[in-house]
Amino acid sequence: MGPPSGNGSEPVSPEEAVLRRIEAFRRKAPRLRDDFINSAHGAGGKASAALVDGVFLQAFANDALAPLTDGATLTLPSGERVAFSTDSSVVNPLRFPGGSIGHLAVHGTVNDVAMMGAVPTWVSAAFILEDGFAVVDLRGIVADMAEAAVNAGVSIVTGDTKVVSKGAADGLYISTAGVGVIPADVHLDARAVRPGDRVLVSGTIGDHGVAVMLARGELGIEADIVSDTAPLGGLVQTLLAAAPGTRWLRDPTRGGVATVCNELARAAEVAVILNEADLPVRPAVNGACEILGIDPLYVANEGKLVAIVAPEEADAALAAVRAHPLGADAALVGEVRDDPPGMVVINTGFGGNRIVDMLAGDPLPRIC
Amino acid sequence: MKFVDEYRDPAAARRAVEEISVISAGEHRKFMEVCGGHTHTIYKHGIENVLPTNIELVHGPGCPVCVIPMGRVDDAIALAEQPDVIFTSFGDMMRVPGSKGNLLEAKARGADVRMVYSPLDALRIAMANPERQVVFFAIGFETTAPSTAVTLLKARERGITNFSVFSNHVTIVPPLKAILDSPDLRLDGFIGPGHVSTVIGNRPYRFVPATYGKPLVTSGFEPLDILQGIVMLLRQLRDGRCEIENQYTRAVRDEGNTKALQVLAEVFELRPHFEWRGLGFISHSGLKLSPAFADWDAELRYLVPGVRVADPKACQCGEVLKGVIKPWECKVFGTACTPETPIGTCMVSSEGACAAYYNYGRFTREAAAAARIPVRSA
Repeated sequence: MGPPSGNGSEPVSPEEAVLRRIEAFRRKAPRLRDDFINSAHGAGGKASAALVDGVFLQAFANDALAPLTDGATLTLPSGERVAFSTDSSVVNPLRFPGGSIGHLAVHGTVNDVAMMGAVPTWVSAAFILEDGFAVVDLRGIVADMAEAAVNAGVSIVTGDTKVVSKGAADGLYISTAGVGVIPADVHLDARAVRPGDRVLVSGTIGDHGVAVMLARGELGIEADIVSDTAPLGGLVQTLLAAAPGTRWLRDPTRGGVATVCNELARAAEVAVILNEADLPVRPAVNGACEILGIDPLYVANEGKLVAIVAPEEADAALAAVRAHPLGADAALVGEVRDDPPGMVVINTGFGGNRIVDMLAGDPLPRIC
Repeated sequence: MKFVDEYRDPAAARRAVEEISVISAGEHRKFMEVCGGHTHTIYKHGIENVLPTNIELVHGPGCPVCVIPMGRVDDAIALAEQPDVIFTSFGDMMRVPGSKGNLLEAKARGADVRMVYSPLDALRIAMANPERQVVFFAIGFETTAPSTAVTLLKARERGITNFSVFSNHVTIVPPLKAILDSPDLRLDGFIGPGHVSTVIGNRPYRFVPATYGKPLVTSGFEPLDILQGIVMLLRQLRDGRCEIENQYTRAVRDEGNTKALQVLAEVFELRPHFEWRGLGFISHSGLKLSPAFADWDAELRYLVPGVRVADPKACQCGEVLKGVIKPWECKVFGTACTPETPIGTCMVSSEGACAAYYNYGRFTREAAAAARIPVRSA
C-alpha cells in the first residue's frame, strides 16, 4: 500500500504530493452516493463497484462472496472444490453478427466458471418473457442455447419461466447459473501474481462490443465485425496443461481488458504494464472505435481471456493458446511490475505512455 | 487504419522530440493548445512525458462540454422534463452536473433522455415519433455548429415541426481574446484549433500575432501533428518571426469551408453575450437560431428557466480553462472532484483537461519513464 513512487520521508514536488493524496483517496472503498439506479451502475466500471460494495456486499457478506471473482469457489465435504457462477443476458438486439442472446447466456456463465479453473459441467436457465413475444423467436434462441451448451460440453439441467407484461422486458431476458469442478492441482488466485509475470490475451479485443453496437444500426457505420462469443473451457484446460504455473484468469467482458487489468492491479497490489503495439485489435474494430471515440481496451469481449502467466512458462503458454482454434491471434501484451502499485500503465505505440483507469461508467447501450 | 498509424510513428516522434530539444535550447517555453481534442491526444499518447522539461503545455478553453455553465444544464434538464418531450444529447453532456443533478439522473427519474451521435439522429427520432416533441441539446464550436445548421435546414425543407434545437453553440475567437487579455497568463504561443479551423480557416486568428504578438500554428490531432506544431512554434521564436502558420494543411484551408460558413450564417446569429463556464459573460461569443428558424428554437417554444447559477466556490474550472493553473493545482482535484463525482465540467468530458489528466496522466515523469523500460523477454 505504498505511495505511487519514492519513499514517504524524502521531499516531494507539489504535483507528487497531490498525486499521493489522490492515490490515498482512491484506495478508500467506493461509496454509493446515488439515490437512483442509472445505466452507469450496470457498465462494469467504478459505479458498478460502488453498487456491489454499497448494497450487495453489505447485505450478503460471507467468505465465498468476499473475493468478488467471476464466481464463487466452494469446498464440498469430500474436499473437492466447485466453482459456481451466475450471469444475466439483456442484450439488445437479441441477434447480432456472430451470435444471439442464447449463445451469450450460455457462454457468459460457462466462461465465468472456466476462469475459476473449473471444468464447466451443469447450467441452469431462467427466462423472463414479455407478453406477446413470438414463440418462433423463442425456439430459435433456445436452439442457440442448446447448440452453445453442446459446444461448451455442458448440460442445461434446470430452469424457470416467467412472463411479464408488455413493455416490462425487452422481448426476453435470460439468467443462467453454472457449476463445475476445479481439478485438485489448479489454484488460480490474484495473490499468486508476482512482478515479472506476463500478461497474455487470447485474441483480438473489442470484437463483441463493437459488433453489437453496430448491429443496433443507430450509428450509421457498417463494418464486417462479428461477435467473438465462444465457450472458453477447452482453451483454459489447454492453457493450464501447457503452463501449470498460470496465476490468474479472467474473461474481459463488460469493461474490457482495461477493467480486468485494473481489478488485478488492485487485488494483487501490483502494476500492470501493457504495450499498445502488442495488443491484438482488428483494423475494423480499431477504425470503428476511433470514429466513436472509445478505446478498444474498454470494449466487451465474450470469447477471450486474459491470463497472468509465469515468466518461464510464457512462451509455452502462448504457443499452446495459439494452437487452439479460439486462440490463433493470442499475444503476450504486457508485464506485471512492482511500481506504480494498483495501477495499469500502457506504453503507447507512439512512444509515450498513460494510465489506463477504470471507467467511471459509460453511457453505451446494453451489450451482454 | 494506416491513416492513423502514419501520424503515430515512434521513430518520427523521437526525431521531432530531438528537434524540439535542439531548437528550444533549454529555454522555458509555454504554449497553449487551444482545443480539447489536442489536450486529449497529449494525455492519451503521453506526449508531456516525452517532451523536454523546458517545454510546458497549458490547456486551453476549446472543450465544448467544459464551457457550458450550470444554468444551461438546468435549462436542459427542465426541457427534458417537459411532458411529451424526447430530449436528445451527445453522450458527453449526460454526466455534466447542473445545480440539481445531471441528465442521466433526470433520465433515471423518468425523463425520456436519449443519447445521439449527431443532430441528424435527433431529427430521425422526431420523424419516427410524430406525436412527440424532440429537442436536441446543441453544443460545440464552429466544428459541430454546421451539422446542427444542416439538420435545421432539413427540418424546414421536410416541414418537420415536432423538432427543436436548444442552441449552446459558441465561437472560438472571443474566448481566445479573453485569454490574451487576461493579466495572469504569460504564453509564448498557441497550438491553434484544428477542427474549428477546417470550418473558419486561419484568417480569423490574424489578431493573435498582429495585436498580441503571439505566434499561432494551426495543428492536427495526431501525436505527430502536435509535436510538429511545437517545432513550428519554436522555429518562429528562434527566427524572430510571429505569424499564423498551418501545420494541418491536409484539412485546413486559409479561407476555411465557405459552404459551411454560408450555412452557419443562414441558420444562426450571434447572441449579444453568452455565459461561459468559469470565464463569465463574453460578448458575441454564442450562437442562437436566426429569426427565420424561430419555429425550431427550443428557447422560444418552451419556457426555459434561464436562471444563472454561480459556479461552485471550490471549483477552479475557469482558471483551468484559461490555463492559469494546471488541473492538479485545483484544490478539489482528484478528491472532491473526480470523474465519478465531478464538480466542474473539466472533469466530465474526455476532452476536459482535468479528466484527461486524471484518467491518463496521473503519475510522475519518473514513474512514466520507468514504465517505458521494455519488457524482459521470457
